[in-house]
Amino acid sequence: MPDNLQLTPDGKLKHLLTLDGLPSRILTQILDTAETFMDVGERDVKKVPLLRGKAIFNLFFEPSTRTRTTFDIAAKRLSADVVTLNIAASSQSKGETVLDTVANLTAMHADMFIVRHSQSGAAHFIARHVAPHIAVVNAGDGRHAHPTQGLLDVFTIRRYKGAFHNLRVAIVGDILHSRVARSQIHALTTLGVPEVRVIAPRTLLPTGVEQMGVHVYHDMKAGLKDVDVVIMLRLQNERMKGALLPSAQEYFKLFGLTPEKLALAKPDAIVMHPGPMNRGVEIDSEVADGPQSVILPQVTYGIAVRMAVMSMLMGPTA
Amino acid sequence: MKIHIKNGRLIDPANGIDRPADVFVAAGKIAAIGQMPDGFHANKVIDAAGCVVCPGLVDLSVRLREPGLEYKATLESEMLAAAAGGVTSLAIPPDTDPPLDEPGLVEMLKFRAKNLPGPRVYPVGALTQKLEGSTLTEMAELTEAGCIAFSHADAPFADTQILLRALDYAATFDYPVWLRPQDAFLARGGVAHDGPVASRLGLPGIPALAETVAIATVLALARESGVRLHLARLSTREGVDMVRAAKQQGIKVSCDVSANHLHLSEMDLTRFDSNLHFLPPARSLRDRDALINGLKDGTIDAICSDHAPVDDDEKQLPFGESSPGASGVELLLPLTLKWAAENQVPLAQALACVTRKPAQILGVANGHLGVGAHADICVFDPEASFTVTPKTLKSLGNNTPFLGLELPGVVKATVIDGHVDYEVY
Repeated sequence: MPDNLQLTPDGKLKHLLTLDGLPSRILTQILDTAETFMDVGERDVKKVPLLRGKAIFNLFFEPSTRTRTTFDIAAKRLSADVVTLNIAASSQSKGETVLDTVANLTAMHADMFIVRHSQSGAAHFIARHVAPHIAVVNAGDGRHAHPTQGLLDVFTIRRYKGAFHNLRVAIVGDILHSRVARSQIHALTTLGVPEVRVIAPRTLLPTGVEQMGVHVYHDMKAGLKDVDVVIMLRLQNERMKGALLPSAQEYFKLFGLTPEKLALAKPDAIVMHPGPMNRGVEIDSEVADGPQSVILPQVTYGIAVRMAVMSMLMGPTA
Repeated sequence: MKIHIKNGRLIDPANGIDRPADVFVAAGKIAAIGQMPDGFHANKVIDAAGCVVCPGLVDLSVRLREPGLEYKATLESEMLAAAAGGVTSLAIPPDTDPPLDEPGLVEMLKFRAKNLPGPRVYPVGALTQKLEGSTLTEMAELTEAGCIAFSHADAPFADTQILLRALDYAATFDYPVWLRPQDAFLARGGVAHDGPVASRLGLPGIPALAETVAIATVLALARESGVRLHLARLSTREGVDMVRAAKQQGIKVSCDVSANHLHLSEMDLTRFDSNLHFLPPARSLRDRDALINGLKDGTIDAICSDHAPVDDDEKQLPFGESSPGASGVELLLPLTLKWAAENQVPLAQALACVTRKPAQILGVANGHLGVGAHADICVFDPEASFTVTPKTLKSLGNNTPFLGLELPGVVKATVIDGHVDYEVY
């Protein structure tokens, strides 16, 4: 489902709202650009001047630590001025609408909004209403999309596996409520991964998920067999006990990633997790800290990928 | 006031008329068709050349937002909008604020409406107090005050024991009950049709099952109680099949569909446009096609607008936070004509779905143009078209999913009770 809202008429990135419908050409360009930023973090002076004088506002209508921090670091490494607003705790509670907040920040000469919101479609909504010179980056909207997370995940996979066309990737856990899973699925299928699997009980799968181009498994043994990449999803606390799942214990028994289950994957399979992890719920510590885990590199790569996105939206060549 | 509507094509589905004929109105009634009565001197002549002259439209669901919700729209604005849409009779669902659960509220509403130009209004009383699904309303008192049926609007009705009692009580006095079938639990938290599009967009879903489970329950209860049941706003293929089967079994049931559901599906949701947020949700293409065909074969009796004006503050929000509802009373005729044109439905058959048939469901003698009938008339140009914009609509609600679309059918004049309440010439 293409949404031209995020591309200019000549095919350049204008906003980053979802990976759904974004051409592989753009995805590859983002990954390639991210590669060029990989060494910035290792320098003594961890800065490049690409976004000097640009004002970037982090608009977090929903709490976040990791995503907000890595966007913050990425913007600062590009020499932008960054203001972070935790709106969940400020104007929203005073009844100010999203549009009023956006209008006020536009009046403060913002150039880019990094938006996180609990409602699916919130980033689209804001992008549709901002002044034309402002770029919007979706940092997570409801269950819908988390495109920079999806990008950093495929960036990680490319770094470890080299290419996409010969891979089997399994995504395990709460697909139903996961914006991360949706963005991963779009990124993987767009970049040509021939087999993307989702593994979950029926209560944690969205209706018609097969139509997103994935194969559905309910059993870890079958689902993990011979995969190259295992992506574990976070299980939110409120879903662990109730009508979706009986208990965290039973979930871990059936769907938690243990060394034994991981042994079914290819010997060189990598293990990923968007964080924050629930050790002992979706993943065993031995796996999380083990040799196949690339969970911490994912965080590092997240900065380069976010730098790439911001520079493509706003930099001198944008 | 004596009115002569000349040179038009008269379509009166109730009387099987579709031919060029003049219409003569005197003292609020149809005085003659075709031949001018002796000594008739019109004070007003409407030239309907190139136009269709048909009974005024009867709309089974129009929210006028009074009492209590005047910030969304007012009686004045929405009655004018209805007249501009050729609607001359309308039923008001009880989900006002407070709901229509007391005779005084109904009397006040009818009194206010009577003193304004515009259509005849028929309030539908609340089936339970405050629409909470726990205590029955004074249905006899409400009927005396002017309610023509009882419904639960879009409010959830979870307790089936109380629902059975409400149907039994209404059946005692032969009061019709109108229900929008939706299982409160299955629909909980949902904002869009539970299908591949909502899954992709991450919008919480309302499964088709929420409708079919409720229809199964309500039909079983209705059969038991013998109540006159009307199912409002069908949205699923299985729902249409269930009603078809129930009618074949002789259960007293009628049903309607909203004009929105004849033209929209989940595929239209992809831009997160909150104007597409209405209830029940636009469903799959398969469901939409079944509604189109169910209407064509008569399983579905009537088309309504399900008019629900929402103010901008409540619509200009992310999809899931926006208030559900679409403004549409002015689009009922154009969307009916579009459905007819796209599905090879004769004009007279299509117009019956917005005139004679809904009038029968309302239980009123409107919706036809026999001599002696109420002079409620719509004159429209079927060849003309217009583009839907906030400016072309009289309603205070700008929230229509059809914004920017060109639609057929321009109302030229609306006569209500023998008065010209709307005219463009």
